Amino acid sequence: MSQKDKATPAVWLPIVGIAWLIPGGGHFMLQRRTRGLILFFTVLTAFLAGLLTRGSMFSPQTGDLFTTLIYCGGFIGDLASGIFYLFTVWMGYDQPDMPGHVHDYGTKLLVAAGLMNILAIVDAYEIATGKKQ
Amino acid sequence: MPKMNLTHLEASILFAVCCSIVLGLVTKRTDRERIRYALYCFGCFIATLFGLGWLMYFGHR
Repeated sequence: MSQKDKATPAVWLPIVGIAWLIPGGGHFMLQRRTRGLILFFTVLTAFLAGLLTRGSMFSPQTGDLFTTLIYCGGFIGDLASGIFYLFTVWMGYDQPDMPGHVHDYGTKLLVAAGLMNILAIVDAYEIATGKKQ
Repeated sequence: MPKMNLTHLEASILFAVCCSIVLGLVTKRTDRERIRYALYCFGCFIATLFGLGWLMYFGHR
């Protein structure tokens, strides 16, 4: 497959979709199984640590610029964890926002897990389009 | 659901480990480079963590 053929959305879109839904799934589809597994367990570890420390999930809110940035950005970060986020919300494990430093670390770890998955998604996209091995 | 308590140091080290692994995996091309870069990132995270910790300690004296 030439570089131009690889750059079509029909090639990379399913991979990016799977990479979002299952962290490391895009790498797995691209035959980078070890990297896929390491990414999966790394994102899972950060996400579980966030969940077990009773971190809360962001929901989008607007208002002043700072509120919009934090809540919308946090929501995107949470959503980027894919199936972990969806299962947590569907099964009711998302916690209300509580005061306390441990919960605060958890909230940040949940967002960090999503941001790590965004890096993995970009990497899978670059491999799928032939920009990287 | 079980509850886990993490100190600031534990949470920071956990974040540093996870982040270093992902950064090493997605930025470098060979396994050797990936391991080296992940260790380098982890070292930088820890140095920053302790550096800022001591800075705040002396800043509050």
